[in-house]
Amino acid sequence: MSRRSTGLAIEADGLTKSFGDTLALSGMDLRVPAGTVYGLLGPNGAGKTTAVRVLATLLRPDGGRARVFGHDVVEQADAVRARVSLTGQYASVDEDLTGLENLMLLGRLLGHRKPAARERAERLLAAFGLTEAADRQVKKYSGGMRRRIDIAASILNTPDLLFLDEPTTGLDPRSRNQVWEIVRAVVAHGTTVLLTTQYLDEADQLAGRIAVVDHGRVIAEGTPGELKSSVGSGTVHVRLRDPGQRPEAERLLRAALGVPVQLEPDPVALTARVGGDGSDLDASEQAARALGDLSRAGVVVDDFSLGQPSLDEVFLALTDHPAVAADERDDELEAAR
Amino acid sequence: MSNATTTTGRAPSVYVPSAEALSTVLAPGARPPRPSALSASLTFGWRALLKIKHVPEQLFDVTAFPIIMVLMFTYLFGGALADSPRDYLQFFLPGIMVTSVVMITMYTGVGLNTDIEKGVFDRFRTLSVWRPAALVGMIFGDVLRYVLAALVILGVGLVLGFRPDGGVLGVLAGIGLLVVFSFAFSWVWTFFGLILRSEKSVMGVSMMVLFPLTFLSNVFVDPGTMPGWLQAFVKVNPITHLVASVRSAMAGASDPSNTMWMLLWSAGFVVVFGALTMYRYNRR
Repeated sequence: MSRRSTGLAIEADGLTKSFGDTLALSGMDLRVPAGTVYGLLGPNGAGKTTAVRVLATLLRPDGGRARVFGHDVVEQADAVRARVSLTGQYASVDEDLTGLENLMLLGRLLGHRKPAARERAERLLAAFGLTEAADRQVKKYSGGMRRRIDIAASILNTPDLLFLDEPTTGLDPRSRNQVWEIVRAVVAHGTTVLLTTQYLDEADQLAGRIAVVDHGRVIAEGTPGELKSSVGSGTVHVRLRDPGQRPEAERLLRAALGVPVQLEPDPVALTARVGGDGSDLDASEQAARALGDLSRAGVVVDDFSLGQPSLDEVFLALTDHPAVAADERDDELEAAR
Repeated sequence: MSNATTTTGRAPSVYVPSAEALSTVLAPGARPPRPSALSASLTFGWRALLKIKHVPEQLFDVTAFPIIMVLMFTYLFGGALADSPRDYLQFFLPGIMVTSVVMITMYTGVGLNTDIEKGVFDRFRTLSVWRPAALVGMIFGDVLRYVLAALVILGVGLVLGFRPDGGVLGVLAGIGLLVVFSFAFSWVWTFFGLILRSEKSVMGVSMMVLFPLTFLSNVFVDPGTMPGWLQAFVKVNPITHLVASVRSAMAGASDPSNTMWMLLWSAGFVVVFGALTMYRYNRR
C-alpha cells in the first residue's frame, strides 16, 4: 500500500441521501486529488456533514457511488476505514476519559501493543501541547484543547485521508490559527485532507481547491482564486475628510479599479467591488494602486478598508439566494431514528 | 472559552504548533496488524473499566439498588409468605438476585444511547476493527457490574441469614448462570439503545419489558397459587427458567431441564438481538 498516493483520493458520482422528507445529498459529485487540502464550503444544512459521513463509511448513500483511494465506500468499507480517519463536528473522543487514555485506547484499537500505544500517545500529547493535560478528563478541556485532542486522535496512525468536519467552528482566533498550522503540517506529510467549513477565509487559507455546496450538490468548484474572481474578491470602502472631494475621488477610483463606484448615503463614503474583472492584479494590489492615485491627486483619505467577500456574497453571486442556515445534523439525527 | 491552559494553576503558556514536533508524530511508521476480535473487544472492555474509574457514581445502581431490593422485599413479604423473613430469604434470595441483575442490564442500552448521542461512536465506527467489538467490549464492562451486584446481594443475604446448601461452589455456579444469561440479555438493550431516540425512551421501554418479566415469574412466590392463564405465561418466561436453575444450583442440586431452557433462551437472545443490533449498527 503506497502511503503517498497519487491520483484521486476521493471520487464521488451522483451521491444522494435523504432523511425522511429532507434531501441532504441530491447528486453530489466530487474529485479530490490526493495530497491536497480540499474544502467543502457551504452553510449549515448544505449537505457537507452528510457527504463526509457517507465518505467515511458512517452512512450508506441512497444512490450514487463513491470511492476512496479506489475502494468503494459501501462494498469495501473496511478497506476504506483502514485508510481514513474522521474528526467530527462533535466530540469524537470519550469525554469521561483522560487525554492519555483516549489516545492509548485508539492506539490499541489500531493494533499497537500497550507500551507502543503509550509511547505514541505521549509523543502526540507533547506535539499537541497537551502534556500537562494528559491525565485530565477531556470534559475539563477548553474548546481549543478539545479540538487538538480530537485531531491528535485522528492522526494516531497517520491516515492517508483525514476528514475534518468544521474544525474551527466555535474556536477563538488563536485556537483557530493553531488548528490551521496543524492542518498544514498534516498535509505536508502527504495526508489528504477533506475539510468542511462555513468560512470562505478558512477555505482560502488552507484549501488548494474548493467545492461550494448548496442543497446537497456542488454548485461551483475551483481554486480559491477562481471562485473569488467569479464573485469579485472584495469590497473597498473609502472615507474622505472633505465631502467636496467625493466627485473627484469617484472618478479616480473608477479609473483605477475599472468598476462602478457607489456613493454611500454618508457624504464622505464610497465603496467599490474589486477583483471581479479578470484583471491580473489581485484585489489588494488594485486597491493599493487606487489609493496611490487618490493621494497623488491630493484627495485626503481618512479611512480605508478592503473586505473579503463573505460566504454570503459568494452564495448570492452563485445561487441568487443567500446562504440559508438549517441544522443539518439535527435533521439527520431525527430522521435516522 | 479556549485559553489553552486556564484550568492549570500556573501561568498560562500558549501552545504554538511546532512543525518539527508535529513532523515526528506524523512520520508514517510501520502500521501494526489489525487487532484480533478478542483483543479489540477487550480494549473496549478496558474503556468501560476506565469509565467506572472516572465516574464511580455509576456503580450506585449495582450497589444501593440491590441492597434496597433485598431489604424491602424480605421484610415486606417475608412474614406473610413464609413463616419468617429468614425462611422466606432461603427461597427468595436467588430470585431477587436474578431480578436485580436483569434489571441493571438495561443500563447497557442507556450507556450505548448516550455514547452515540455524544458522537464518540462515530470514531469507533470508522475504525478498521471487528465490527461488534465496541458493543461486546461495552457488555464485558457491564458483566463486571453484574458480578458486583450479585456479590452485593449475596453479602446482604448472608448477613440476613441466607444459608445456601450448595456451598461456595453452588453459589458460584448460580452466579455463573446468571451472568451468562445477563450477557445474552444485554443484546436486547443494545438494539433498543440504537433504535430509540433518547436515553429516556430506552429507560421507558426497558421498564415496560422488565417489570412484567421479573414480577410475572417464580421470583416472589410459587406460581402454583396463580390463575391458569398467568401460570402459562410464567412457565415460558425465561426469567422463570433462570431463577429455577440458579435456585437449584445454590441449593446444591441441579435442574437440567430449566438450565437447558435458560441456555436456549440465552443463545436465542444473542443470535436474534445480536444480529438485529449489528444490522442497525452498520446501517445507521
